[in-house]
Amino acid sequence: MSGYQVKPGPEAFLPPSASSMGIVLPDPGEGHIEGRIVPEDEAYELAARKFLEAKVPTLFPGPLVLWHWNDNAAEKAKAIKRLAEAIPARIIPMADYRPKYPKIIPEVEINPNHPNLTIWHNKIDACIFIGVHCHQANLALKIIRGGTSCYTMAMCAQAGHEDACLSFRDASVAKIDKLTETVLRLKKEGVKSQGDEFKQFRNNYTVSYKPSYE
Amino acid sequence: MNKKVDFENRRILGSKHLKIGETSRYHKDQVYTDPHEIFFEAETKPSFVTGSEVIRDALKRASLDCFVAYPITPQSEAAALVGELFAEGYLGEYFRGESEFAVMGQCAGASFGGARTSTTTAGPGTMRAMENFPMWAGSRLPIQITVTCRGINSPLSIQPDTLEIYYLLETGMMVWHAESAQDLFDFILKGIIVAEQPDVHVPIAVCCDGFFVTHTKDTVNLPPEHMVLPPYDPYRSPVPCMDMECPPVRMMRDPFIMKSNYIHYATHASWQQEVHAAVDRSRKHANAILDGLIETENLDCEILLVSSGTAVSQGREAIRLLGKEGIDVGLVKIKTLRPFPKEEVLEATKNAKHIIVPEFNVTGWMAREIKSIIPNNERVMEGPHVCGGMTMPSEVIVEEIKKHLGLAKKSD
Repeated sequence: MSGYQVKPGPEAFLPPSASSMGIVLPDPGEGHIEGRIVPEDEAYELAARKFLEAKVPTLFPGPLVLWHWNDNAAEKAKAIKRLAEAIPARIIPMADYRPKYPKIIPEVEINPNHPNLTIWHNKIDACIFIGVHCHQANLALKIIRGGTSCYTMAMCAQAGHEDACLSFRDASVAKIDKLTETVLRLKKEGVKSQGDEFKQFRNNYTVSYKPSYE
Repeated sequence: MNKKVDFENRRILGSKHLKIGETSRYHKDQVYTDPHEIFFEAETKPSFVTGSEVIRDALKRASLDCFVAYPITPQSEAAALVGELFAEGYLGEYFRGESEFAVMGQCAGASFGGARTSTTTAGPGTMRAMENFPMWAGSRLPIQITVTCRGINSPLSIQPDTLEIYYLLETGMMVWHAESAQDLFDFILKGIIVAEQPDVHVPIAVCCDGFFVTHTKDTVNLPPEHMVLPPYDPYRSPVPCMDMECPPVRMMRDPFIMKSNYIHYATHASWQQEVHAAVDRSRKHANAILDGLIETENLDCEILLVSSGTAVSQGREAIRLLGKEGIDVGLVKIKTLRPFPKEEVLEATKNAKHIIVPEFNVTGWMAREIKSIIPNNERVMEGPHVCGGMTMPSEVIVEEIKKHLGLAKKSD
């Protein structure tokens, strides 16, 4: 059995992919926590606690839930908003995967090619990716693990992400809502959110974006 | 691994968009069937066919959307035989490329567009197309390619030689090596299913030794022709489909790696790692669907023969001949070269005193692979090697093993 643990970083100049270190993804009904395969309920519990313990808990919704390409995507987006309000957490979108030139605006966006910039700028210490294509999610998760101390989580619609510290698989509206319910239950039991106060999108930038190919 | 593979419940997961039970979109006599049923439950019928015909018979059941051909006969008749399948209505699209390089680019185009795509090549064709293979892998395209290995060097040879496999090993593709025509049939269909898993989703090269497998007839157990794999589901792709604004397609015109700073280099490095991680993730699926990445016999023997492809077949006969002389030899057959079954080979060889690695190539890359992962690697005897189309008689393996053990007569 592998001794490798998928812990928050900063791990290395170029950390290994968790898969190459022998970490195997969970099967249906299971979750992944720092390299261990656990019953899914355990993952809900820890994910909710990590969000409530964090100073800057943040949700990173990706294009699969930000764009209304089918009814399920819209329902997932609503479920994500319910989760953000329950924690409460910031929402910083990963609207697409285009490299951002000349530079990203880290207050309002995250990009899989340099996600650490958004993490550093906002001092994000716990985050979850939802609705990001698997390849781009793994890319971002590994870069974050390499250079930041953020606790990374992933709610994957497919097989899960071993490069996240904590991962769910087969994400659905019901699973997002179950995480929300777990957060609300913990709060009812007396666990208080340690998050800093904030307003969504407090920096009302007028974005002047010029595509690099023009 | 942090989790052992469950061989009892080895059902490979399908898509939520599967159309099990529906008639194929290409041939009215074929029905989309659960891969588990095709691989493990269907009643099979023995057929006496060549390896080239086996490639055709596998692709007939693969619900293939596109096959691009470059007719590298006489190495294999497969490309022409698949053309007949197209004429009979068993696949969506079929055309001939201008060269092997063009074929691989055309395969990429089809796969970017969401088509289940396949092709076949060999030897110099593989080498000519080489630039495309890391591009396929980097773009996460689950293309299936059958490589019927032959000599690659000048003077040209159309005879079997496995040197080209060595060049494929670090392309980011999965590389499986078939020992027999039955393996070839199974690996093509099973490879497609593993390659299309969302956590894997990289190309797969199914290699076999040319002529020995492609041109000789063998008995192959085939499932019924009406059972075909469910179609490719592009919704499970780990990258967006053909988006000109986003990597990987965007990289073709505007590579983010061209920006000379640490962040862009780190992105590219992480991208490469993710591709190879995807190959590693295929272990779980391949383990379940192939009954393990290796096959073993008599691991308690002090002498083990370890190899892949038809070198294993010749080894089996050598083991039988040695057994008659009272020399017991065990066997490790390696099915997947990428991912390489490191843990499995370590475990299988832990008690062996002599590890014999026969190979059909001049350099002995398999022996190097094994030496690089096991302790006390002086236990590895590299060879015997043959190449350029030579056969490897079992008697030669016997003789080499006896020489290595100091048992050969001086006159030998």
